[in-house]
Amino acid sequence: MQYLIQLTYRPGEGPQEGTPEFDAEMAVWGALNQELREAGVVLGGSGLNVDSATTVRTRGGELTVTDGPYAETKETLFSFYMLDVEDLDAAIAWAAKMPAAEYGSVDIRPMVGLELR
Amino acid sequence: MTAALERAYRDERAAVLATITRRLGGDLALAEDAVQDAFVAAAVEWDRRGVPDRPGAWLTTTAWRRALDRRRHERVAREHLHRLAEPMSYDLEPELERSSLEDDRLRMLFCCCHPALAPEARMALTLRSVAGLTVPEIARAFLSSEAAMERRLVRARRKISDARIPFAVPPDEQLPERLAGVLRVVYLVYTEGHAAARGDAPIRGELCEEAIRLARLLVALMPDEAEANGLLALLLLTDARRSARQGAGGALVALEDQDRARWDGALVDEGAAVLERALRLPARGPYAIQAAIAALHSRAESWEATDWPQIAGLYAVLAGLDPSPVVTVNRAVAVGFASSPRAGLALLDEVALTGYQPLWAARAELLRRAGDDEGADAAYSQAIALSGNEAERAALERRRKVKAAE
Repeated sequence: MQYLIQLTYRPGEGPQEGTPEFDAEMAVWGALNQELREAGVVLGGSGLNVDSATTVRTRGGELTVTDGPYAETKETLFSFYMLDVEDLDAAIAWAAKMPAAEYGSVDIRPMVGLELR
Repeated sequence: MTAALERAYRDERAAVLATITRRLGGDLALAEDAVQDAFVAAAVEWDRRGVPDRPGAWLTTTAWRRALDRRRHERVAREHLHRLAEPMSYDLEPELERSSLEDDRLRMLFCCCHPALAPEARMALTLRSVAGLTVPEIARAFLSSEAAMERRLVRARRKISDARIPFAVPPDEQLPERLAGVLRVVYLVYTEGHAAARGDAPIRGELCEEAIRLARLLVALMPDEAEANGLLALLLLTDARRSARQGAGGALVALEDQDRARWDGALVDEGAAVLERALRLPARGPYAIQAAIAALHSRAESWEATDWPQIAGLYAVLAGLDPSPVVTVNRAVAVGFASSPRAGLALLDEVALTGYQPLWAARAELLRRAGDDEGADAAYSQAIALSGNEAERAALERRRKVKAAE
């Protein structure tokens, strides 16, 4: 079963860059990523640049491109994984190990099927 | 024949549903449809050919065939497949050994009570798929419309299959937390029946009875879990007072004013026996402690003769495990009797939840006993303003008047 794991947080929450806590968190992420790779459950994933998002809409054939959504509004998506695991409990077990679960939130969405590569 | 069918619906449906759900890899939505088909088939077939020797086995086999038919049909319709991806067999060795049936019911409980489902959906699904209540019965119990309840159930089943909520007893490392979640659902079904937060009927007996049936099932399935036993003991001991708790005109009667002769002695004895078992097991928790408190109340001949010091001690232990306003308020009442009203009031000052009705009711009682009539009347007014239940409001009004006249 394939799941999209979305990691969000409110800017300002969690360890700030340049602090020892931040470095410690990075070490946890590194170890977790290693564990995920070794388990062979990762389909893909990446961190995201939260300050430089762009929104595209076409309405009645008209293209609108806008800056944002802005990082300072509510919860910001900052990273994602795509995992292939047995069931929801397995996905929850991985999500619970992610440091962002402590200060932000981790959303698990079942994927209908990864068809494009 | 109709009687046999009704009996099978009541006694066999949950087990058949659980077995079929497991065989389908946890697809509860399809299993529900297939089991429904099997009962429709039974209504025709049993009439024509007589009731089978083993209705449960007949229903399981029939439901399994219907499930496979439905699944094949869906696949063919969706894909125009030349051949099915995986051959599926109609042969079902009906797995009717007791142990495997029980395992399936336990899996069903954990599946229906999964934390990824909304809390109300967990209760409704458990009542439907484990307890076997009908949708109209569940809708009535939760003061909801049938259509809304059906939608809630359909959505929950869809999530189980779409998100692949496992049809399984969780692994050991997740078990304590998830079992607590299952117990919580059963407890909430009971409290929903026992003290409706809204509406004018304070006690809806059918929910209390279903919760006790579910707690009994849990104890039968997990006899060595202290908290499963603790919960059953708590529900039995609480339920023993049910008829004494409801006075004339539906008004709630506080424990203090209840006619203890109306307590159900058989339920008290059974609850006390289950509690003893719970207390002998390791890892006893909040339910066993609450049951121990309920047992001390049951044993007391009157409110005044209650063993308040021991109850206050048990509430202190409970507060350590579960520092909630509910526990603090009850602890304050017990301390009010075990030591002094002022000591109880001091504990109430720790409760930050000022919109919590029982806090004001308890404060009113303690102030009254401490001799502060003015403060007591004001606190009663707060409690009455915060109450959402007509019978409860009436009881508080009465208490305020009676005590003021003394």
